[in-house]
Amino acid sequence: MGSNLIDALFIFMLAAFIGFEVIRRISPLLHTPLMSLTNALDAIAVTGAILMVGEQKTTFSLVLGTLAVIAATSNVVGGFLITDRMLKMFKTNRPKKP
Amino acid sequence: MTNFPANEQVIQVIYLVASALFILALKWMNSPVTAQRGVWAGEIGMVLAIGGTLLNQGIVDYKWIAIALVLGTIIGIPLGLVQMTAVPQRTALSHAFGAFCVTLVGIADFYLRTPNIPRFVMTVLSLEVILGSLTFTGSLMAAGKLQEVLPQRPLTYKGQNLVNLTLLAVAIVLAAYLVLHPGATLLFPFIVGIPLVFGVLMVIPIGGADMPTVISLLNSYAGLSAAAMGFVLDSKLLIIAGALDGSSGFILSVIMSKAMNRSFTNILFGAFGKVQISATNEAEVKPVRSATAEEAAAILAAANTVVVVPGYGMAIAQAQHKVRELYDALTRRGVDVRFAIHPVAGRMPGHMNVLLAEANIPYERLIEMDDINAEFPQTDVALVIGANDVTNPAARTDSGSPIYGMPILDVDKARTVMVIKRSMSPGFAGIDNPLYYLDKTLMLFGDAKSFVNDIVHELAGGGRN
Repeated sequence: MGSNLIDALFIFMLAAFIGFEVIRRISPLLHTPLMSLTNALDAIAVTGAILMVGEQKTTFSLVLGTLAVIAATSNVVGGFLITDRMLKMFKTNRPKKP
Repeated sequence: MTNFPANEQVIQVIYLVASALFILALKWMNSPVTAQRGVWAGEIGMVLAIGGTLLNQGIVDYKWIAIALVLGTIIGIPLGLVQMTAVPQRTALSHAFGAFCVTLVGIADFYLRTPNIPRFVMTVLSLEVILGSLTFTGSLMAAGKLQEVLPQRPLTYKGQNLVNLTLLAVAIVLAAYLVLHPGATLLFPFIVGIPLVFGVLMVIPIGGADMPTVISLLNSYAGLSAAAMGFVLDSKLLIIAGALDGSSGFILSVIMSKAMNRSFTNILFGAFGKVQISATNEAEVKPVRSATAEEAAAILAAANTVVVVPGYGMAIAQAQHKVRELYDALTRRGVDVRFAIHPVAGRMPGHMNVLLAEANIPYERLIEMDDINAEFPQTDVALVIGANDVTNPAARTDSGSPIYGMPILDVDKARTVMVIKRSMSPGFAGIDNPLYYLDKTLMLFGDAKSFVNDIVHELAGGGRN
């Protein structure tokens, strides 16, 4: 457990730095789609919930897990869908310009 | 680490690929040209991660997983198809859903493993449920305010901050006690319940104009709670995705609070709305110049350069498509039309960009505040549509103003200013705007959508004289 914990903290720190560096450069133009995209990615929590449902250890965990999978899946589907729709709207007319 | 069953190794490799795809997805969001690719990378990563999870040998039954995935998809589709004007409340709602999932898994985990939970795991588990439950109710409140089912005005009372902070402190102390005394399981419901109440109280005093910061902050909390869940479940994929989301929300909150010249604590603990109510009465008597759609059309047609400043008023009037018609009509006459976007215009980060993009306005016409401000002195007409505080010159000049120091769009430096506004009532911050009383300012009173429509009509019909 001890070494796993340290590993996990290292991973968290590195991922947070990568997040800062990558996201700092994103144009304000795309802040709304960025938020809906990270929201969809964050719904990766569904993997934890799926395991909980599949393992069926208690009825309580089955019920809570099922609700959790429903909530997270709706974020995955809705999040990707709306990000995709938004990005399709960002058009350029550059060819017309000198 | 080395004694994984083969199956488990395959799953970990799949998770590794998914993590890389998530990072690439964010990287490609840098530019509108590659952003679409970013969404695909995210989608592939997500499908891989879910597929990999389903391979897990611990799963004994798939029936409920399948039912939940189908139900989630059925709920998710309409949430992905909402109108662009409803995106802020949809985003708040999805933060609530994300936090709901994390909290439920945290609760179930606790009761599965208690009282044999190692201290470190209990610490992150407490963090997971505290952040998760306050994000859940806080986001629901934010969504309610944005959807206007709840009052948008800040609700404040004396000692509010003290009550809120005490509540949060009690939850943290109880969590600490439970970490040290794993047998005290009766405390756990309070560790979930108190932050639920705190989330509601935290968002009640926050007004509409502060929503971009609050949504970003809740985004960050949602990410951090998911990362905490990753620690509890020892899932590296979840830690990475949570950390990415957490840092994204954090960066956006910093950008938003800088754009309002306010600190986090100021936004969370100091409601805006009550300042300077008296100033508005005095304002009513000051003279303003108003103009008709016909006059406005003539001035716009005679201009060489026009900068449109959109705000939340454009969003609530759903005027973006009419604004596009105006853009077309003026561009056809050879007028150079650009849009000045303040970082906190609207109700979430980037709100105006999405609305204007929806109306098919090319994105290189949307200019950020820092780039457009130098150009206002050479601008013939600045047309303000439903924006108020972000154009208020008092932020530059009046050190007594509550928004003093906030970066604004310098529309008052343009040769002529036109402001479409429903009435002389002040904006969300309740602050009077000296811009309206300048000699060069023309007030165009009316609903944004119908007024822009009238101008377009004049430009088409009355035309060139």
